[in-house]
Amino acid sequence: MSAKLSALTSDSYIDISQYRDQHFKGNRYEQEKLLKQSHTLYVGNLSFYTTEEQVHELFSKSGDVKRIIIGLDKVKKTACGFCFVEYYTRLGAENAMRFINGTRLDDRIIRTDWDAGFKEGRQYGRGKSGGQVRDEYRQDYDPARGGYGKLASQHRPTEARNTF
Amino acid sequence: THLKKYIYKNNNGLNKCQAHKRRRTSEPIEIEDRLESLICRVGEKSTSSLESNLEGLAGVLEADLPNYKNKILRILCSVARLLPEKLTVYTTLVGLLNARNYNFGGEFVEAMIRQLKETLKNNLYNEAVYLVRFLSDLVNCHVIAAPSMVAMFENFVSVTQEEDVPQVRSDWFVYVVLSCLPWVGKELYEKKDVEIDRLLSQIEGYLKGRVKTHVPMLQVWTAEKPHPQEEYLDCLWAQIQKLKKDRWQERHILRPYIAFDSVLCEALQHNLPPFTPPGHMPDAQYPMPRVVFRMFDYTDAPEGPVMPGSHSVERFVIEENLHCIIMTHWKERKTCAAQLLSYPGKNKIPLNYHIVEVIFGELFQLPVPPHIDVMYTTLLIELCKLQPGSLPQVLAQATEMLYMRLDTMNTTCIDRLINWFAHHLSNFQFRWSWDDWSDCLTVDLDKPKPKFVKEVLEKCMRLSYHQRIVDIVPPTFSALIPAEPVFIYKYEDESASSLPGYPVSIAVGNAIKNRASNEEILTALKDVPNPNQEDDDDEGETFNPLRVDVFLQTLLHLAAKSFSHSFSALGKFHEILKNLTESDEGKLHILKVVYDVWRNHPQMIAVLVDKMIRTQIVDCAAVANWLFSQDMAHEFTRLFIWEILHSTIRKMDKHVQKIQQELEEAKDKLEKQHGDDEDMDKASEDEEGQLEEQIERLQEKVESAQSEQKNLFLVIFQRFIMLLTEHLVRCETGSVDISTPWYKNCIERLQQIFLMHHVTIQQYMGTLENLLFTAELDPHILAVYQQFCALQL
Repeated sequence: MSAKLSALTSDSYIDISQYRDQHFKGNRYEQEKLLKQSHTLYVGNLSFYTTEEQVHELFSKSGDVKRIIIGLDKVKKTACGFCFVEYYTRLGAENAMRFINGTRLDDRIIRTDWDAGFKEGRQYGRGKSGGQVRDEYRQDYDPARGGYGKLASQHRPTEARNTF
Repeated sequence: THLKKYIYKNNNGLNKCQAHKRRRTSEPIEIEDRLESLICRVGEKSTSSLESNLEGLAGVLEADLPNYKNKILRILCSVARLLPEKLTVYTTLVGLLNARNYNFGGEFVEAMIRQLKETLKNNLYNEAVYLVRFLSDLVNCHVIAAPSMVAMFENFVSVTQEEDVPQVRSDWFVYVVLSCLPWVGKELYEKKDVEIDRLLSQIEGYLKGRVKTHVPMLQVWTAEKPHPQEEYLDCLWAQIQKLKKDRWQERHILRPYIAFDSVLCEALQHNLPPFTPPGHMPDAQYPMPRVVFRMFDYTDAPEGPVMPGSHSVERFVIEENLHCIIMTHWKERKTCAAQLLSYPGKNKIPLNYHIVEVIFGELFQLPVPPHIDVMYTTLLIELCKLQPGSLPQVLAQATEMLYMRLDTMNTTCIDRLINWFAHHLSNFQFRWSWDDWSDCLTVDLDKPKPKFVKEVLEKCMRLSYHQRIVDIVPPTFSALIPAEPVFIYKYEDESASSLPGYPVSIAVGNAIKNRASNEEILTALKDVPNPNQEDDDDEGETFNPLRVDVFLQTLLHLAAKSFSHSFSALGKFHEILKNLTESDEGKLHILKVVYDVWRNHPQMIAVLVDKMIRTQIVDCAAVANWLFSQDMAHEFTRLFIWEILHSTIRKMDKHVQKIQQELEEAKDKLEKQHGDDEDMDKASEDEEGQLEEQIERLQEKVESAQSEQKNLFLVIFQRFIMLLTEHLVRCETGSVDISTPWYKNCIERLQQIFLMHHVTIQQYMGTLENLLFTAELDPHILAVYQQFCALQL
């Protein structure tokens, strides 16, 4: 009877981003298909101190959380600033993309993105030093993410570094 | 055809939409998309005036009618239904088209009538209101003849004469008529004053006779001051009466058609076909009644434009439009905030106050907000970002007002306020002038204000950590700071060595650490003495609570580090836990132990209970019984108790729905099989037999699940009735006022069960009325049930 107007049904916050996991086993099409059906979100820019409990409290506001996997430094096996949140329903994840992405957790603006699904091994940082790649190269000082980036901190031998 | 050259820009300057002088060989689909875009975007920020854009667009569309008439009709019908906040922009457009092409105008009206019938058939009553309002504004645009609109209104109001129909049905038809009058009252009264007066008189008579039992259940505050929480039809009636008294002068609505009056008044009008309201169907879902939320009046905005009064029609229109903007854009918070802040006519009203009031009105709406709670938190944050110099102050003022009126605020609304405020603060470094609220330190901790602050701080802690909370509040607030969320282990060290379970706790702890098998652990547990059993009582196993205690305390202690550790522990030892909780006593006791060890960490209790239900270590009824047990009486008014209970009810609900869906799918599959008229060979006969068996099994499963669900509600309601009756009787015999903070909390929690789960509870009304909510019940308790029933009458 009446048209479903695409101009009016805009829901851009749940669109998939440009990021594609380079380690994904499968082609681009398969990856995108999984992203569009996924119940799992990648959450980035966490503080190393942010706990599973805090993540659970915040992300439960958009739906029932099935599980949380805190991202770990591959070497130290300590939190390295990201996590996965898996919901029981797609709607829970969508509402997190709409209303939790870009807001604060532990005083930091966090970022959520669709994930094709957790697989063993994906909980580890892929940076050379064991943490996330972004922490290898960043130049700024971030006390909640180990201070200076790994490369930058190699040039600051006398700087006291936070250890967690 | 030629399309005129013509540029649009929307707010972001994106999507420049150009129609070119010379027709390109574009695909029809591209042209359709372009038409859609042109129509949807008209009225948005532009370098040209609205009138100029409408004139231009009307020309473009008129030229496209020969090839794209149906598409244009469909788009216009859609915007009428889905963009009510831009009503008058589109009625003007239709008016201009009708003036240029009379037949098109007629076809549009016919399409709208068809659409109206469709929406009513599909229970889309809110959209139907917008369609009728659109039609009525078409009278102002000379598209529809006034007398035929009046005739439609008369047919609507005649529904009030129907007998044996739910009140919410006739309510809706009256509401539609009244809600159109701000737009078209003046025009209709000028042409048909006698008929309008008669209509209003009929409406007045109807409103006087309405049952309003439902109102107390929907009010955000119980107090009449400073703003009465009016029933929505009563408020609208008062607004229309005032409008009539003001001789239908309405100055707020943006009316682009006035600029085109010379063109439009030359147009020929159409008559609406006689419209008979569809009859009442038993499965009709009319909108629930509501209460108008007001928290501000003209005294609250310190300077600038004055806020229209509560019974002014301007207030109605502003609130309607703001609600519609949220309805259209709720999924995209930046757009939503921008659209709210660019409301036309914003310079004449204290817009920030209206926005904040409408948003809180939705957040506190009973039974449930129109959209998910977290949307409102994020929307308010976006609004603060866009108006950093003014909106945060209004929001702070609103928060202060809400705090001051906590004593009479509905408990469910307080829950939402707690969650909103804590989440909001967590986005602003928890900055707040807590000292302004030091009055809450001077009264008992169970009073609403200190209770509110305590719950807020607990939620703030969940989003941060204990020391942070200590740091952000003044030292005087220390009594309200939540406990540090640490595990309490009964068998911690040698000081516990005299406890009967201590030796086995050591053994079990070691067994777990050494990855012993389940059999070995169960064997070790056999050594736990049973406090419930006489030494020489050989009559078989009575339940041994100490066994549960020793195992679970030890296990959870080892796994206390995080949620994941605890979940992993529950999973690894699922078999043992199932063994220990076979009986109802066992299930109850496991919950008791979880509470005992984690009572400083309600968040952990909630996630453990959730996991235990999902893995069937406990069932929903056990959780309900535990929450209402004497052991938990001292926690009964804490928020986490109710979060657990509502979460439990929701899980039960989802479980039933899941099996029902499996059954539907199996039935569909079978029907499809029957549909295949091929000769049935043995294989498909077998398959059909299997399907039928599966359907039978699923049918039983559904019945069993529904029975469990019904039982859960019976348990909950029975417990409420027992507790409340006890309190009421005690007060009566002691000649004491029943209205203690505990009582207010308890009775409103009972209301909350009805409100939050009304869809499910409707199925069991018969049983509830026969078994529990009988006439013998104390009238205070029965009133809650009656108010609930009145919501759908």
